[in-house]
Amino acid sequence: MKAYILRRLIVSVVMLFVVSAVAFSIFFVIPRVAGASPDDLAARYVGKSAGAAQIHETAVHLGFTDPIYVQYGRFVKGIFVGEDFDTGPSTVHCAAPCLGYSFLRQTPVLPDLLSRLPVTLSLASGAAVIWLLAGVATGVLSALKRGSVFDRSAMGVALAGVSLPIFFTGLLSLSIFSYTLGWAAPGGTNPMDAANPAEWAYDLLLPWITLAFLFAAAYARLTRSGMLETMGEDYIRTARAKGLPEHTVVLRHGLRAALTPITTIFGLDLGLLLGGAILTESTFSLPGLGQYAVLSITENDLPKVLGVTMFAAFFIIAANLVVDLLYGVIDPRVRAR
Amino acid sequence: MKRRRIVSAIAVSAAITMVLAGCNSKAKDNGSKSTAKAAFNAAVGKVLNPSDKKGGTLTMANSGDWDSLDPADTYYGFSWNFIRNYGRSLVVFKSAVGTPVLVPDLAETLGVPSDNAKTWTYKLRKGIKYEDGKVVTSKDVKYAVERSLDKTTFPNGPTYFNDFLDLQGYTSPYKDSDPNKLGLKAIETPDDNTIIFHLKKSFSGFDYFAQLPATIPVPRAADTGTKYKEHVISTGPYKFEKNNPGKGFSMVRNASYDPNTDPSSGRKPLVDRIEVSLNVNSDDIDNRLLAKDLDVAIEGTGVGAATQGRVLRDPALKANADSAAIARTWFTAIDSDVAPFDNIHCRKAVLYGFDKTGYQRAYGGAIGGDIASSLMPPLIPGYKKNDLYESGSKPEGDLAKAKDELKQCGKPTGFSTNVSYRIERPKEKATAEALQASLSKIGVKLTIKGFPKGDYAALYAGKPDYAKSHQLGLKVYGWGADWPDGFGFLDQIVDSRVIRATGGNTNFGIKVPAADQLLDKALQTTDKPAREKIWGQIDEVVMTNAAAMPGVWAKGLLYRPPTLTNVFVNDGFGMYDYTVMGKK
Repeated sequence: MKAYILRRLIVSVVMLFVVSAVAFSIFFVIPRVAGASPDDLAARYVGKSAGAAQIHETAVHLGFTDPIYVQYGRFVKGIFVGEDFDTGPSTVHCAAPCLGYSFLRQTPVLPDLLSRLPVTLSLASGAAVIWLLAGVATGVLSALKRGSVFDRSAMGVALAGVSLPIFFTGLLSLSIFSYTLGWAAPGGTNPMDAANPAEWAYDLLLPWITLAFLFAAAYARLTRSGMLETMGEDYIRTARAKGLPEHTVVLRHGLRAALTPITTIFGLDLGLLLGGAILTESTFSLPGLGQYAVLSITENDLPKVLGVTMFAAFFIIAANLVVDLLYGVIDPRVRAR
Repeated sequence: MKRRRIVSAIAVSAAITMVLAGCNSKAKDNGSKSTAKAAFNAAVGKVLNPSDKKGGTLTMANSGDWDSLDPADTYYGFSWNFIRNYGRSLVVFKSAVGTPVLVPDLAETLGVPSDNAKTWTYKLRKGIKYEDGKVVTSKDVKYAVERSLDKTTFPNGPTYFNDFLDLQGYTSPYKDSDPNKLGLKAIETPDDNTIIFHLKKSFSGFDYFAQLPATIPVPRAADTGTKYKEHVISTGPYKFEKNNPGKGFSMVRNASYDPNTDPSSGRKPLVDRIEVSLNVNSDDIDNRLLAKDLDVAIEGTGVGAATQGRVLRDPALKANADSAAIARTWFTAIDSDVAPFDNIHCRKAVLYGFDKTGYQRAYGGAIGGDIASSLMPPLIPGYKKNDLYESGSKPEGDLAKAKDELKQCGKPTGFSTNVSYRIERPKEKATAEALQASLSKIGVKLTIKGFPKGDYAALYAGKPDYAKSHQLGLKVYGWGADWPDGFGFLDQIVDSRVIRATGGNTNFGIKVPAADQLLDKALQTTDKPAREKIWGQIDEVVMTNAAAMPGVWAKGLLYRPPTLTNVFVNDGFGMYDYTVMGKK
């Protein structure tokens, strides 16, 4: 088992390097291959009336005139030993793991990401609890009451859930529950400014429910189909024949097997969200990683885009690793192999 | 209170599923209450809800980030409007209704020119202090301008001082061998209250440069370069309390600000506190404005399309709105280097032929702005109406004249070319489509090409060799004046000498020698009315040469919650004035 974990960790680190190389190539190499000169790239990061000399000076300052391998080497070196940056009157050291320095804001990327991480963590974890409980419970009940009014209603709502985009449901719920009824916090509320956990939860309630609604719908459908398949298996019949109570049959034998694909999807979904719930954060103006990603892309601020990509990749790879390890715990068949 | 909210929030959980599943809401419209004085355009040309009542908090939100709070590094219009709350430049646009007027702020009087407008002298008022109580000196102003010259450290700000000061190789105070970091010879400070600027060429409108945020004093001891934006030392009526870059900031009263030293600017610091949120969803900003949960959409460009329709349909909401004219024109540049537009008759053909009403529809109809008959907006002093291509008499286009011009151009059956636009801007796409539809009637076939906004000027439409090799004959664009003055509007879009082969141009191929000469003449004309007359002449000569297709003189539909006092549109910025607003 230890060797397996070690192997997976090494693969994860290699994956992160691959992601960094690919992302770096997309943002720094491809434009050059397509014919953009260092000055062309630098022109994005100067004021609208900048002259050619200023643009070239900026290209040199930002390192665009260096060979690509030097630029990538600098980025990788920054991750391991940090990097120094000129602030004008002095130089600041961006400590390892330095994920670069924003071309536009002239601030290190990592502290920005870390300052936004609690918001995204709060959003993703709260929503995950809601969608997992609501989605799996609804899916199990629907499977057990297949064809009933509950089953049809639940699947109808689930269909609406997966069909309605967050920017629609989010704005609608804000308009009604926040601005009209005053029951929920308005958009733009930073939950990290909350004075206590209750206020924090209050600030996040609407984003949680909106985000969870989308995922719960998908999980309900997934759980239902998994449960329907599992409950028809021979070993379920055997368990019943042995006289096990129905809740034991359903929860210990049926749901446990059906949970394997759910766990896989959950790991990926959570990892993806920890890298930034882009639509939810944008709709509710939450200052998290997703909003940061959107901002970085719209501003063409390459170090920020690269930094948030690496951050998101880290979470997805970590979540995959955890899921792989959990397989053995959840499904005895995997452990046996 | 909080507990009650949380309990009620539980009700949200129960109700939300139904709502999200598509139930129609019976949402009340909180913005429907209006004050007796409120009316559509009530804050245009007059002050709405005048008041001296102090206290309260002004809440503002912006859909994007701030370019920088550092006076040396900011170029956004709303930022120049807002910065007057925490910074005092030598000269400032007066907070008042009507024609924008420059008044002395840090200085005692407007600039005194000499040496044929190549030297400008300002005397500072006495008693102006920073938030820490230290007295502002002319050396602080010099230092502030010096650091603004360093475009490696402060890339966002304008380059007017770089372009006009006689720098003699000076680049930055951070590379200055002078022990006091005041080695720039182009600025003299003979005493603590006098500052003298030496230009390398005459510029009669230097007071417009003196109102730039770059002249807001910066104490050298507090200068942390790129990090100074995190805590700018205030000289204005408010100072920073908290600043979370990328998220928002709050301001409180600056106890060191003495209103007696500020007799001219018109500032009226009524509220006790200002809270600004950044990167807020733009639709959410509109909703919050209408719900009176937010006071000001700080960008000042107007509400979004969906909210616009809602506001205009509801008389109660409309009474809280203003259609503010902006010193901005949406236009399409004609690249005279791209054949057949090197022939003036082909340029005139498209000018006569295009449907001006279609252009206006692309920007939302009359609420988006008026049909433009020339490039320069009427808000610019010196504007003189010229309508050479019948935008008033035949706004749908004069096809007969257009076809006649095509004959004279040697293309009687028309020609093909490309029209470019910025893909992030649906109104520009709609404009390109409107042009395509209307010009097809005279045989001019347009192929529409979209490019990313961030690279539009740097790599595509603003890069001469790319534009020529890819036949970008028409380029949909828009331009707003840095300040309501002919130089601020025209210089970067019609002066052919600013076109650089390396790209990054905002002059997309307008080459009119007579306009260049008139620009030079204006820069040396110190008599204000005479100078302003020249701006009108330049506008006319550009149109005579059929160098651009004017589309729309922009307007924005601004919304002001009825809770605000002292609301008016400052024509210097084309948005509400942010230094006088109070709360009821």
